[in-house]
Amino acid sequence: MAEMKKIATRVSYGNTLVELARQGADNLVVFDADLAAATKTEIFRKEYPDRHFDCGIAEQNMIGVAAGMSTMGYVPFVSSFAMFAAGRAFEQIRNTIGYPHLNVKIAATHAGLSVGEDGASHQCCEDIALMRTIPGMVILSPADDVEARAAVIAAYNYNGPVYLRFSRLPSPVFHDPETYEFQIGKGEKLTDGYDIAVISTGLMTSEALRAAVLAKRQGISVRVINMPTIKPLDEEIILTAARECRRIITVEEHNVLGGLGEAVCGVLSEKLPCYVRRLGVQDQFGHSGPANEVLRDYGLSAEAIAAAVREIVRPDHNTDDSANQ
Amino acid sequence: MTKLETLQLKLTATRVRMGVIEATHGAGCGHPGGSLSAADVLTYLYFREMRIDPEQPQDPNRDRFVLSKGHCAPALYAALAERGFFPVADLPTLRHSNSYLQGHPNMNTVPGVDMSTGSLGQGVSAACGMALGAKQQGSDINVYTLLGDGEIDEGQCWEAFMFANHYKLDNLCIMIDVNGLQIDGATRDVMNSEPLDRKMDAFGFNTIVCNGNSFAELEQAFKMFDLSHGSGKPTCFLLRTIKGQGVSYMQNAVEWHGKAPNDEEYEKAMEELRAAHESLEKEIELNNG
Repeated sequence: MAEMKKIATRVSYGNTLVELARQGADNLVVFDADLAAATKTEIFRKEYPDRHFDCGIAEQNMIGVAAGMSTMGYVPFVSSFAMFAAGRAFEQIRNTIGYPHLNVKIAATHAGLSVGEDGASHQCCEDIALMRTIPGMVILSPADDVEARAAVIAAYNYNGPVYLRFSRLPSPVFHDPETYEFQIGKGEKLTDGYDIAVISTGLMTSEALRAAVLAKRQGISVRVINMPTIKPLDEEIILTAARECRRIITVEEHNVLGGLGEAVCGVLSEKLPCYVRRLGVQDQFGHSGPANEVLRDYGLSAEAIAAAVREIVRPDHNTDDSANQ
Repeated sequence: MTKLETLQLKLTATRVRMGVIEATHGAGCGHPGGSLSAADVLTYLYFREMRIDPEQPQDPNRDRFVLSKGHCAPALYAALAERGFFPVADLPTLRHSNSYLQGHPNMNTVPGVDMSTGSLGQGVSAACGMALGAKQQGSDINVYTLLGDGEIDEGQCWEAFMFANHYKLDNLCIMIDVNGLQIDGATRDVMNSEPLDRKMDAFGFNTIVCNGNSFAELEQAFKMFDLSHGSGKPTCFLLRTIKGQGVSYMQNAVEWHGKAPNDEEYEKAMEELRAAHESLEKEIELNNG
């Protein structure tokens, strides 16, 4: 695979806030909790300092302030790391944004293990689970720069609470900005394939695409489905995959409990039971290390996905094909 | 404020207290104690202080009120109903499964409620956001929020206090109902927050200590708030009140924080309030004549 341009989706987020403001989104305001340099809202602050409010290291108050501001006709984007937004301020999000269904966008960066060196205290693998249980919460988890930009714009245009999940780690840009269309609630079939479907989200989608290439060399056709909206979930694309591929792997940079995998299983167990293997963080805490190493340690790599594909599609062939790659 | 105006506010506050008793008795549960201590300040807000119109509860230019101590919904509902936002007759449906009067304020079901609250410590942050929004718009909207003295155990309140000061929200009036009691006992025993005046001063507030059950003192306090506009300092009222104020057997009794009067207790409370109402009416008549 040719070397692709890499951008972290948190950077896409910061850039798109500025784009929206430039295009006339006068009611857009941005809140941060002393992490503007890391969440990339500093890109917005630089250009629109009077519409960027630092709340200090006080995420709980920040959520409430944004809720109040939204009732005055503003569209607030609040930012922190996923751990402190979805984690620390969960109840504030639930009661002061979710319950009154206010028009606040929670943009959480540094989600998942790919935070890397900071270690387990900062590696949030629970945010999707937490946000899924809030009635009416939309959850967007873009896979690359193009999708992240589109997701921010869609979140702005949607009236209601949205949780956006961004990554610290730069990831390959595989979507074509000229042709890509984003719609909340829609999954995206990236490759045709009929032996097995791999449904992935966020950073894991580019790994799934690489896994499909590895599997193809062994004659296995993999359908890669990118799922940028975790909630509401695109049930149709999942059911079609189950019908046509009969076996599914889900991949997410998140605890397998409560995440994309369980959401997919929830749909299938009720409507079209089929085999699902959930790849993700297997109910563990992370550890410090360079992001790509940590992801590999937890089985979140193209190689690990390809191995799972092979094991499920060709259970009788346990030969190690790595020599052929 | 003339003597007649004060008497009329007292009369209205008595009706708000009757509403609290009607609502909690109708619900068979709820929080009468803190509702009664706050009945006077809510009456003052909705009948004298706030720029509101019951015919247009969503008017963007209205003043905002956030009941951060959301469990005192019976008092807020009673004040709103008395002011004409919805029928007083609906108050006893509080907490019933087919009622729009949820156990804690819901901005999407109750006309006049500006923010859904109930989980302590959160409403005050939302009030800060409203005040910031008003500043950002350059509008002269005032934002008022009422907290309990037990509520300020929540660390989020102090985050909000710092925020109000940092962003110079002099259009924000934070009122703390210092009735001295919380669920587990006296606040000084459960989690002592005194000296509150010095704490609020240190947090940068224009701090006013007053008797929250006295309309004359409330009037002075709200005047001070008006005068503070342009000072860059948010205002904090420390309202010294009596929990259960207006119903003899509920006054300063911690067990009335969160239980409803039974039929007999209901009759006794209403009898007292009706007597107070009647004597106020007579006094008003005398002053009119």
